[in-house]
Amino acid sequence: MSEIIKVGMADLKTCVKPDGVTTLGLGSCVGVAIRDPNTGIGGLVHVMLPDSTAIKNSNLNIAKFADTGIVELVRQMEALGANKSRMVAKIAGGAAMFASSRPDIVQVGQRNVEATVAVLNQLKIPILAKDVGLNYGRTVIFYPETGDYIIRAVGKPETVI
Amino acid sequence: MGSVNLDEVSEKYNDVLKEIGNIGAGNAMTALSQMLQTKVDMKVPQVKLVELSEVGMIMGGEEQIMAAVFLGVEGDITGSMMFMVEKASAKHLIKKVMMGMAPESEDFTDMELSALKEVGNIITGAYLNSLSTLTNLKIYPTPPDLQVDMAGAILSVPAIMFGLNGDKLLLIQSQFFDEIQIDGFFVLIPDLESYAKILSSLGIPVDLEG
Repeated sequence: MSEIIKVGMADLKTCVKPDGVTTLGLGSCVGVAIRDPNTGIGGLVHVMLPDSTAIKNSNLNIAKFADTGIVELVRQMEALGANKSRMVAKIAGGAAMFASSRPDIVQVGQRNVEATVAVLNQLKIPILAKDVGLNYGRTVIFYPETGDYIIRAVGKPETVI
Repeated sequence: MGSVNLDEVSEKYNDVLKEIGNIGAGNAMTALSQMLQTKVDMKVPQVKLVELSEVGMIMGGEEQIMAAVFLGVEGDITGSMMFMVEKASAKHLIKKVMMGMAPESEDFTDMELSALKEVGNIITGAYLNSLSTLTNLKIYPTPPDLQVDMAGAILSVPAIMFGLNGDKLLLIQSQFFDEIQIDGFFVLIPDLESYAKILSSLGIPVDLEG
């Protein structure tokens, strides 16, 4: 039996096949799923904010930010035996939950997506698929064994990217 | 204010924030009761500092479908506020406001969404009014936005705003009853400077450095 490991908001978890990782109700946050297909080692980070360097705070939760969170996920996967050169990513989320509010709120999802893409590019981890933006929440489940990234939203059919 | 952490501020002034939450929610319920023209009983609101990773659980899971009204706050303080109710409770409120004219369906019609927005507007307006009276600060709400979606997705918005300065979210849970029990959640999200303004206007010296 495979297990599905839950990732909270501003949190990250790794898993090994046949297990999967999930995060529920992504809004403006971005769910970054990474796997090494050869080893079946994978993980998911629930990114809340684009950039840790913009925050002046000593006790940072590194999973909260795109820059530190993705790097930490990659580090933990490597510690399990994954190889960074083989890693591939899929991303979902980054919605604008409230369309007509303050522009800084509208753009936060988009900024999270942009930062995520930039960090993955920098790490030379290819992005194979994405389901981002728009104005609704997403629940995601990721299986490193197959690379399937399942996306559920309220009132919409389930999709796999 | 280099090293200021919102979590520390919230913890330090927890009692005051609780009291503000209490009075605000009380006023909001009075306004709701007048709108519905029924007696609305409420419990003492619970004001909680919740870890970001746990916020979804409070409302019965991240995937619980909630209706939320979100608006900006301007004037002497800046920030935003949100009021959330669970979907079934939202349906119930709409039915009462529309005096039984609402159709029995799973989804919300445009008319229902509009009615719900108005309920949210009145509730949050009353809340902010009481905060304004209490602190003698000018507080103006911007037009509200409404969203019906998963609790986690909706909460991501205030969580991100709190996340800029801390790892916890200040949540005010108020339970009220007319025919059914309704769990309403207020999230008040003042900018950090506004926190200090609110507190000092209440005669509480604020030391944001410590």
